Amino acid sequence: MQREGSAFSGLGVVVLKELSDHLTSVRMRVLEWLVVLVALAALYGAIQQIKDTTAEDPFLFLRLFTTSRDPLPSFVSFLSFLVPLMAIGLGFDTVNSEHNRRTLSRILSQPIYRDALLFGKFLAGLITLSISLVTLWLLVVGLGLLLIGIPPGAEEIARSFVFLLVTIIYAGVWLALALLFSILFRSAATAALVTLGLWLFITFIWPVLAGAVAQAIIPPDPRYTALGLQTPGTAELEQILARLSPSTLYAEVVVALLDPTTRALGPIYLSQLQGAVLGAPLPLGASVLIAWPQIVAMIASALLLFVVGYVIFQRQEVRA
Amino acid sequence: MSQDSVIQANGLTKTYGSATAVDHISFEVGRGEIFGLLGPNGAGKTTTILMLLGLTDISAGEVSVLGFNPAREPLSVKRRVGYMPDTVGFYDGLTAADNLRYTARLIGFRVLEREKRIAEALDRVGLADVAEKRVGTFSRGMRQRLGLAEILMKGAQIAILDEPTSGLDPQATAELLGMIRGFKAEGVSVLLSSHLLERVQSVCDRVALFSSGKIALMGRVADLGREVLGGGYVVDIEADGAGLAERLALIPGVSGVEKTGIGKLRLHADRDVRPEAAAEVVALQGRLKFLGVQEPSLEAIYTRYFEAKKPEQAVQEGARHAA
Repeated sequence: MQREGSAFSGLGVVVLKELSDHLTSVRMRVLEWLVVLVALAALYGAIQQIKDTTAEDPFLFLRLFTTSRDPLPSFVSFLSFLVPLMAIGLGFDTVNSEHNRRTLSRILSQPIYRDALLFGKFLAGLITLSISLVTLWLLVVGLGLLLIGIPPGAEEIARSFVFLLVTIIYAGVWLALALLFSILFRSAATAALVTLGLWLFITFIWPVLAGAVAQAIIPPDPRYTALGLQTPGTAELEQILARLSPSTLYAEVVVALLDPTTRALGPIYLSQLQGAVLGAPLPLGASVLIAWPQIVAMIASALLLFVVGYVIFQRQEVRA
Repeated sequence: MSQDSVIQANGLTKTYGSATAVDHISFEVGRGEIFGLLGPNGAGKTTTILMLLGLTDISAGEVSVLGFNPAREPLSVKRRVGYMPDTVGFYDGLTAADNLRYTARLIGFRVLEREKRIAEALDRVGLADVAEKRVGTFSRGMRQRLGLAEILMKGAQIAILDEPTSGLDPQATAELLGMIRGFKAEGVSVLLSSHLLERVQSVCDRVALFSSGKIALMGRVADLGREVLGGGYVVDIEADGAGLAERLALIPGVSGVEKTGIGKLRLHADRDVRPEAAAEVVALQGRLKFLGVQEPSLEAIYTRYFEAKKPEQAVQEGARHAA
């Protein structure tokens, strides 16, 4: 059965309205301050550390993102906390607030499809997050430039730009998750709690649990254990399980992008090291290639979460 | 009628799993008519409305709104039909005009036409003064009027109003009903639902009384009254004059005379006997202080109908209705 008209009529209107809602909201003020504070804190730590170690480093600029100085974590680890929180903060009440304000049936009685409403809301959230992340990125790059005083090379700029894009994709995954729960739960508080709970589980508990589960399924071989090595089968399974979490995927991509000497994500076999010059940096294309499966997996999980939410939303009753 | 009907429903059914919310209902709404879907909460009125708008799937049956099928051509239906849901909601942080602007953009009006329509609509419902105020500060009655303004702005051919008067004080109700009559005057057909029978009885041309997913009774209020209440007219008269009661009882068609107070009489008749009653008072050289015929009340019709059908169920529904 062919539907009449375009599923996207009214999409632009919804995006603009939601975007202006986001940008004028108190939540956005909080996010903006978080962005500024995080940028300052991370840069302060990183620059102190970089100044102390004046070793020659061809990728000094990228160190801005990855260097940490106790007790402050690096900019990248700040981001891996901050991005999910921002996305969940923007997305947890996307659909249920329309139900609770009783605006949903009135809006859907206008000549638009539900597709436009849901997709418009997701896009507006993603654009808002992108604006914040681009601001953050520019702040860090700009301040770093001023404080270090060494201009970054084209390669470094390219790498940090790809890193920015990946971070936006990572934000998209969490936004899609928050959107899904905002469709499933009528109460915004429940949706926020469940999403945050799942975030805690995925980010902090699952990586630990993955090791335990892997050891339970494939017990470590005592011959490897005696040599102080991980059993290859167990290690591989552990990695597969850990990669179910988008946080793990993001961490791996970041390592590949911001540390050009990274040659593989996961166990390396001796055969792979034949002819390799250890410690030599890879070109950007090769680094992206290493991280490509992870990047695709993140895009796929964002799409999957959105589609599940979309299907549920299409079948949901509009009455309160 | 079928030539000029804007909504035609035939055997419309909605089931949720094994539960049936709307059970094979059929009705038509004529052009420029005010049609009331009345009945207790949970009788299937809102579900029926959502099916007309294509906002919920139809389990069985056919429906045509202005010649379009809401399931297949929802955009064409929604472009021509204005809908005000039960306790209509607006974005509290936006002004009244901005709320309407958002809707107008969704409909696709160009900027000049948009502003003209919004100003006109707000003026019509008496909200022009507060157009730039946030909706968060609005009272319930003002929100309902803003809902009507949205329908006016849309230029809808059919206005579907779900419980438009619920939660309003008597004055706001009267204002709202006046505006609904205004729709009719412009040739807009109105379909309204309510569980408050007596409040909307005065505006409806025809009503359908719902009971657990079925239409129990449908027609003009006066006709239903005659049908259900046993074809009686009740005429109240207040006059003096010796032997008036006896004289009135002799009028052809009068089946009983009842004394309801000092100088007050109530006639039960099978037709409107007001002219004859007045003539009798004058003939006795009495003074006529009051003469009126009671309109049959929907409340009475509804209660009587279900008393006759299922005494216990009617009592339950009456209690739920009162609550």
